[in-house]
Amino acid sequence: MENQKNEQTAKEYEKYVKKVTPTHSLPVNMARAFLVGGLICVLGQYILNTAQAMGADKEEAGCWCSLILIFLSVLFTGLNIYPKLAKFGGAGTLVPITGFANSVAAPAIEYQKEGQVFGIGSKIFTIAGPVILYGVVSSWVLGLIYYVMQMWR
Amino acid sequence: MNERMGHQSIRFGEPVYIRSGASVAGKKEGEGPLGPCFDEIEKDPLAGEKTWEQAESALQHRAALRALDKAGIKNTDLRMIFAGDLLAQCTASAYNLAQLDVPVYGLFGACSTMGEALSLASMAVAGDFAEYAMALTSSHFASAEKEFRFPLAYGNQRPLSATWTVTGSGACVLSKVKSRAAVTGVTTGKIVDFGLKDSMNMGACMAPAACDTICTNLQDFGRQPEEYDRIITGDLGSVGQQILFDLLEKQGYDIKRQHLDCGMLIFDDAVQDTHAGGSGCGCSAVVFASYILPRIISGEWKRILFVPTGALMSKVSFAEGQTVPGIAQAVVVEHMEEKD
Repeated sequence: MENQKNEQTAKEYEKYVKKVTPTHSLPVNMARAFLVGGLICVLGQYILNTAQAMGADKEEAGCWCSLILIFLSVLFTGLNIYPKLAKFGGAGTLVPITGFANSVAAPAIEYQKEGQVFGIGSKIFTIAGPVILYGVVSSWVLGLIYYVMQMWR
Repeated sequence: MNERMGHQSIRFGEPVYIRSGASVAGKKEGEGPLGPCFDEIEKDPLAGEKTWEQAESALQHRAALRALDKAGIKNTDLRMIFAGDLLAQCTASAYNLAQLDVPVYGLFGACSTMGEALSLASMAVAGDFAEYAMALTSSHFASAEKEFRFPLAYGNQRPLSATWTVTGSGACVLSKVKSRAAVTGVTTGKIVDFGLKDSMNMGACMAPAACDTICTNLQDFGRQPEEYDRIITGDLGSVGQQILFDLLEKQGYDIKRQHLDCGMLIFDDAVQDTHAGGSGCGCSAVVFASYILPRIISGEWKRILFVPTGALMSKVSFAEGQTVPGIAQAVVVEHMEEKD
């Protein structure tokens, strides 16, 4: 009984807090994410086209594209420019490959002081780790589904 | 005679004088509205050290030495230090205090630690257990981000309700040797948990505790809010302030005219992009030592209620989806006439 009452007041308080707490404007954030994310993708397309124009095949050009984008993201993370970009661009900087690179480079910088093994070594994937793990798991599940469907046909 | 008031408060028979207050703040704090008030502004985020944690220790060490210097005493005159910070196992305090060679009580009250330290140090002096006692706390933006949130270079968007951890340390020396400011009473805070889980909205997590401690203080001492020139909370920020006003209104109190918040005083959000305000153990400590104490000494404020507020969560409690309980410690500080 007491518990139920507490839960109810907690919910009421949460509702009230939500009402008085200011939030970022969603349309503005979406517009900025579209702009920044779009520009990163345009840059990627530019690298892709340039590599192909220089004689690379589609797969090789794709490699160059990823390589250069990751390098730039890590460089900008080290120069402390990427966090500023992310503050403005939000998900626009998070979703492309550059966001992933940032999430690996940032812990590497922060935990460097704790040593090569227990610092960088064990903490470099603190943010990116879940993405890798569940990325692999979900592709495994999808593979299994695909395999089963192949058998049915 | 010292006197117990109500269930949670103490009125000291003799005032416990604040002999000195010292503050050392970081660069961003130095650029804020209180910049000219600080004793020292350290422009180097690492304070000449190798890690954020060592930097925080260094700031604390300097604040302690400055407070001793201002009080005109040596470290050997101190009977005990009550010190704390935000890092796990009070790391910043431990490494600073090893160098000071003074008996120590290490405290953790999250951002309310300065209130806790002042309360306990005053009790020690009031009980004649120490001729001189020190209250000392610190926080550092980078060490706190590392302890509780993300690596600094990770790109993300902070919500508008988030607060900015203050880099800095504040120290006060307390004694029965007279001065123009004194602690005359304390109200020990209870842990109050309204079930909120959003650690990026700490103001909302702590406001119920602040409300509880302020109401209890007013009831225990039989005072009205008007009897305090200022009621100054630690780091509720703009969101927490609004909630505190609403909660107090339900209890029949209106403190809008005399309320200040250290977190809102130390930064100018419009220019410094700090969102709801400053926070951390260092926030209320440096604002108390640099801004509040001089106004009490000058007599501009005769009596204030200083209420540092803390959000008692840890990395683990956050990960396990626990709520964020709040606490607030209240200290009554008064102007004293005629120093003899």
